[in-house]
Amino acid sequence: MRLYVDSKKCSGCNACRVACSLSVFGENNPKKASLVIEPHFPAPGEYIVRVCTQCGECAAVCPTEAIKQDAQGAYYVDFAECNLCEACVPVCPEGVMFVRTELANTAWKCTSCGDCVAVCGTSALWLAEVETETA
Amino acid sequence: MNGYGGNILRVNLTTGGITREATPPELARDYLGGRGFGIYFLLKEVPRGADPLGPENKLIVSPGPLSGMLAAGGGKCDWTCKAPLTGGYASASMGGHFTAELKYAGLDSIILEGVSSKPVYVFIDDKKSELRDAAEYWGQGAVDVEKELKDKFGEEFQIAVIGPAGEKAVSFAHINHDFGRQAGRGGVGAVMGSKNVKAIVVRGTRSVPVADLDAYRKAGMALYKACKEAEGLKEWTSYGTTIVVSWCDEAGALPTRNFSAGSFEDAKTLYGPYMREKIVVTDKGCFGCPCPCGKYSKVKKYNAYAEGPEYETIGLLGSNVGISDIEAVAYANLLCDNLGIDTISAGNVIGWAMECYEKGILTKQDTGGLDLKFGNIDATFKLIEMIAKKEGLGALLADGVKKASQKIGKGSEKFAIQVKGMEQSGYATHNATSMLLAYMTCDVGAHHNRAWAITYDIQVGREKVVPEKVARVIWLQNFRPMFDVLGACRLQWVELGIDRELYIPLLESITGIKRSWEDLEKVGERIWNLTRLYWVRENADFGRAWDMPPARFYTEAPTSGTTKGQITKFEDVNRLLDMYYEQRGWDSNGLPIPETMEKLGIKQEMVA
Repeated sequence: MRLYVDSKKCSGCNACRVACSLSVFGENNPKKASLVIEPHFPAPGEYIVRVCTQCGECAAVCPTEAIKQDAQGAYYVDFAECNLCEACVPVCPEGVMFVRTELANTAWKCTSCGDCVAVCGTSALWLAEVETETA
Repeated sequence: MNGYGGNILRVNLTTGGITREATPPELARDYLGGRGFGIYFLLKEVPRGADPLGPENKLIVSPGPLSGMLAAGGGKCDWTCKAPLTGGYASASMGGHFTAELKYAGLDSIILEGVSSKPVYVFIDDKKSELRDAAEYWGQGAVDVEKELKDKFGEEFQIAVIGPAGEKAVSFAHINHDFGRQAGRGGVGAVMGSKNVKAIVVRGTRSVPVADLDAYRKAGMALYKACKEAEGLKEWTSYGTTIVVSWCDEAGALPTRNFSAGSFEDAKTLYGPYMREKIVVTDKGCFGCPCPCGKYSKVKKYNAYAEGPEYETIGLLGSNVGISDIEAVAYANLLCDNLGIDTISAGNVIGWAMECYEKGILTKQDTGGLDLKFGNIDATFKLIEMIAKKEGLGALLADGVKKASQKIGKGSEKFAIQVKGMEQSGYATHNATSMLLAYMTCDVGAHHNRAWAITYDIQVGREKVVPEKVARVIWLQNFRPMFDVLGACRLQWVELGIDRELYIPLLESITGIKRSWEDLEKVGERIWNLTRLYWVRENADFGRAWDMPPARFYTEAPTSGTTKGQITKFEDVNRLLDMYYEQRGWDSNGLPIPETMEKLGIKQEMVA
């Protein structure tokens, strides 16, 4: 399973990011969320949302193998094994792999838990199976 | 402290000193937050008789315990000060993302006090806070400066900023945020400007502690679930507050040509669905809102982007000035936002000036050559600018409709649509006695949001003057402002019909203190009485006369529209007040009696 987004439906409210920080860290702090909302105002007046596609690029470069896959196929960070090397950050194609040492002593990312979907009033977010490319 | 930032940031602009004080637990217990904190500090720290634009006045901005939390609509903060517009209490609620950021920066209030010797902005990045030179921003538009500061510091910073009107102390200058959200009413922007503060820039990265994490997540999720499953979610979110334009037009409540009528013959092009189709490009939500009423528009005719317009602006800068072009209303909205004036007061005072002009009380000589007839779009744009810059006729109007009409005289006071010096917001009340009473007794002047009782008028019979209507207004006044105390929006309850009991376990899980709505309404009643006593303290002659409605509603029936020929009797105005004072426990002059104060735990020294 992975997260999908229709940015056109996003109103920038950030409820998803609060729910995310609660899910990933058990903390009320959207700065520690695993998805990004970029507002573009005053022009052209839109929100661009970036979410994890569960592509696994982060896991592929992690030297300590701290980024693991759960039974549903979602990659997650095993906090105990992260050494904060930041190798995962630049390889993320969506810019949603996070290391901010002033906020957390570990890297973090989306686990496809779906809590963000549950609070999104405009249905901009949803979970579905990862689409695999066909030849 | 669970549910709180834990600190009060005191910014002394005279000395440049900034201190962080721990938020007293008893303050959180008794006043909860938001406008509760506002009135506490206003009564305690701003001396009696303070000049609203002088160094003694303070500007207090406060989130509440639901702000920035997993609480549907927890995006509201309160701005309190002594009001330049009215000389009484000002409390302006602002949505957007500023309040959450304050919380994450560990703040429960910022108190701006004194006056800076030069233009500054307050910069807050978590525990770091300082005053920075604002010379390069002074004189610039609020929207323009917000964009510059966002570009400079990044999207994580939230910004509240005044426009030129705030710098020039226009009495209804507002504070702008998030490209179109405002602390709109009473002149809070003029107070910020009088202190030489252009903006507050804030970022916070701290987690907010809660009392019971599991219960909190459960209660928060339950509230969001209820909102998402609400029957009206889709329609409400499509149109936001513009959904009521057609309803008001049909009910005779849409302010039309300076409130001379409640239906506008050209209103169809102001209706919500028309606007959505014509100009809206995205929904724009306040923090944590599952049902965003905010709309954001591309205004092709004027090559501009503008927040809204929302209902109030459509009413006041549309039908109230005789304009039916939604693009013109949206552009007028943007002008007001950028120049820094409240669209409600602006549309009201321009409507009054237009009526003066059409009646020959103001001439082209007075207007600087403007042909100020109802419906003149270019003249409206120009006058907005003149007000913000206090130029020509704009200087007169910048003091608000009450003072302007007193100065001009010639009977114009009778069609100055204001209470306590505040211009009435977007509901015509010729024949809607609950709503009329709500305006008469509102704690900041003629504003609708404390008790939006007009649907109750329609429900029980609009001309009726019965104790039940008065009780309804009082209940709404005690209950609805509690959302401003808690730092959340009331529209999930109002518009989606969300069961208010869902907030109870949420608040308890956050703060660790169990409170019922009955408990919360008692806090609301106490605050209502404290704000009343603030008016009494600041105005030696305060009393019944201050609660009288605009004369138009009991002297001149509309000649067209749904309420044609309808009017409230003057004797009914007085009956409404008699019943209201009795039910409130106030004397016949509208002052809280000692027994009422004692019942609410208000000691004389608190309001002396």
